[in-house]
Amino acid sequence: MTVILTFLAFIVLISGWWLSRQGLASKPWLETGPLPLTEPPQPPPHRLGTAVFLVVIGGLFAMLGSAFVMQIDETPWQLVPLPGLVWFNTCLLMLSSLALHFASRDAGHRTHVWLTLGSVTAVGFMAGQLQIWTTLTDNGYGLTGAPAASFFYLITGLHGLHILGGLVALALVWFRLAQTNLRQNNQAPVALCALYWHGLLVIWLLLLALLSGLGNEFLALCRSALT
Amino acid sequence: MADLPHDTDPQLPPAEVEDVIPPHAHGWWSHYVFSQDAKYIAIQYAGTAMAIGLVALVLSWMMRLQLGFPGIFDFITPDAYYQFVTMHGMIMVVYLLTALFLGGFGNYLIPLMVGARDMVFPFVNMLSFWIYLLAVVVLVISFFVPGGPTGAGWTLYPPQAILSGTPGGQSAGILLMLLSLILFIIGFTMGGLNYVVTVLQARTRGMTMMRLPLTVWGIFTATVMALLAFPALLVACIMMMFDRLLGTSFFMPSLVELGEHLSYGGGSPIAFQHLFWFFGHPEVYIVALPAFGIVSDLLAVHARKNVFGYRMMVWAIVGIGALSFIVWAHHMYVSGMHPYFGFFFATTTLIIAVPTAIKVYNWVLTLWKADIHLTLPMLFALGFIVTFVNGGLTGLFLGNVVVDVPLSDTMFVVAHFHMVMGVAPIMVILGAIYHWYPLATGRMLDQTMGHIHFWITFIGAYAIFFPMHYVGLVGVPRRYYEIGEPAFMTAPVEGLNAFITVAALTVGAAQIVFLFNLYWSRNHGRVAGSNPWRATTLEWLTPVVPPEHGNWGKELPLVYRWAYDYSLPGAPEDFIVQTDPGPKAPAAAPL
Repeated sequence: MTVILTFLAFIVLISGWWLSRQGLASKPWLETGPLPLTEPPQPPPHRLGTAVFLVVIGGLFAMLGSAFVMQIDETPWQLVPLPGLVWFNTCLLMLSSLALHFASRDAGHRTHVWLTLGSVTAVGFMAGQLQIWTTLTDNGYGLTGAPAASFFYLITGLHGLHILGGLVALALVWFRLAQTNLRQNNQAPVALCALYWHGLLVIWLLLLALLSGLGNEFLALCRSALT
Repeated sequence: MADLPHDTDPQLPPAEVEDVIPPHAHGWWSHYVFSQDAKYIAIQYAGTAMAIGLVALVLSWMMRLQLGFPGIFDFITPDAYYQFVTMHGMIMVVYLLTALFLGGFGNYLIPLMVGARDMVFPFVNMLSFWIYLLAVVVLVISFFVPGGPTGAGWTLYPPQAILSGTPGGQSAGILLMLLSLILFIIGFTMGGLNYVVTVLQARTRGMTMMRLPLTVWGIFTATVMALLAFPALLVACIMMMFDRLLGTSFFMPSLVELGEHLSYGGGSPIAFQHLFWFFGHPEVYIVALPAFGIVSDLLAVHARKNVFGYRMMVWAIVGIGALSFIVWAHHMYVSGMHPYFGFFFATTTLIIAVPTAIKVYNWVLTLWKADIHLTLPMLFALGFIVTFVNGGLTGLFLGNVVVDVPLSDTMFVVAHFHMVMGVAPIMVILGAIYHWYPLATGRMLDQTMGHIHFWITFIGAYAIFFPMHYVGLVGVPRRYYEIGEPAFMTAPVEGLNAFITVAALTVGAAQIVFLFNLYWSRNHGRVAGSNPWRATTLEWLTPVVPPEHGNWGKELPLVYRWAYDYSLPGAPEDFIVQTDPGPKAPAAAPL
């Protein structure tokens, strides 16, 4: 459970920081009157909602990561040899995230261009992931083969589903842009899509480190610290 | 009608969320069925949860009939018994308690108590209920498929959960259970996002976090915990579904079944246990924390006294929430874990008793020298405290490895968790319904029926679970369809089992009185008025009772004080509402 505990430690740190700004040591029974809200202005609800949703998704993948590491510990097995295409796919997802970032910042005519680039690269990422599945199956690493392969399909599949959900949201933003053509009013939804994409990119990078074995040393360090 | 200060106080900073009255629903369907109003959604959640809870209650009757009078009821076969056990546990823990506390009370009380017009994402909130309802429907369908529902036990441990020896293991039963849980978690996540963001960002002006009633603190913290813990169950369900449907071996080791080698191999059943209990133990507090918060408010209102140690109560809620994530493996002492891990988890389990005990002390000190009104909500709140202390003490026994190992598979554990996680939170739910029913309907619940309901439920619950502790200590195992007449069993056990069954049937029947009261009082109960309990919190201060769409009329309320100004010396009445800008309260610090 190293992965999820590390993730939760991160969440506890953020929560602790937030709680420290809520005046938890105040004495509300003495503070009658028009108190100002103690915390500084916060992001709008939709942005916070998306951020909280990303934390939930992070927890989901942290649990998957924990199950993955647990199985490595209990039943020694080899990691799936990842084809080189996975690095290309990663670059596509980074490009997609970058394009949406620019789309959220751009209030001019290039919003469409950035959104197109972001969508196309995301679809490219999905297609690339499917290609990796085919390659692995051809190489004898099918879904029901070694547990490591099962985990690879499950983790990449769930991540892909979340990208797919993001693409649906992006399509809705596209539709709204086409309907209203009022870009300024549509910056907020584009920014939410960008935030979601950044979150999924970070999650993918961490998953990739896990699946490729790059994070093994870090995990061993965490494990030794926890035990 | 409450006379609210206008939303024009220049001393207060502007609200963080723009005050927009949610659009009114047009038509019967969008008003009552596909409603986006949190109050309607709350009632939909509560109605569905109680309906499926009644199914679980009947299932518990079936189990008790078998245990109390074995061999008499032919229709209770061993397979059926395990199916009853499984469905009773899962429904009660997830589909009743979690849904009712968070979906029911959360939806009704959060917007009203924080001074918001509604949840921040009303459409998503509506979807949350409908997906929950779909989850319940899928669960109910599993009763009617060939092979029936799963009988794997509420923990659904693999490998047995998906093998042919377990009822529903190789039929649709287990799949429908897993699908239902997945739907439940998706639905809950939608609602949970709403509860968290509403508390964080839709509080009215002046409502700081430290002016929130403890009910909101409890529901808020429990929701955060659930958002972090439910993914563990979701992952476990998906992986088991893969094992069962697609032939993967996430949780399945090499197995021989009826002399035949199965195609599974290399998986770890223990991994499932870790995932399950990583959800399962926080789940205890996901149910308990809202109960803690609600009971604090019930005590303050009906004892006419501020909650003792409000700050400490908030810290304890947050502390319990955090600690509950590092105690999960105390459910796995008998799984063969390393003794040092057992020591670690026994220690964390005992540490979590500290903030819990703080809360109990503070409840008792809230009652100390208070103006206690023995209303129905107060009776149920007192019933909760006593029951929770009883269940908590036996939890201390079981938290120790050396005591847990011999008791783990006995009825002692059943008695323990039913006291702490069954009877105690149900006491709070019932007390809360008696308390807030007048707000939701404008009428009081009938007192006579309420007292009959309380006393039968309270005394009956002890008649069930006190003897069950003894039965467990004698060594009667749990999960057994029939125990026969083993040598270790003393003579009274058989009689006690019959007695417990009669008590369980009686307590269950008493709930019919409660349901009838809910129905009857809706039209015939005494008219409640706007603030019948003379409470201080915002939910009682809406311009119209029951609150209308948008809750607050034209202007949002302004908050000038905390939620517990009761019986202040020199005050004209024994309560000062949160919107009262009046003179500064005397510095009679409770802590």
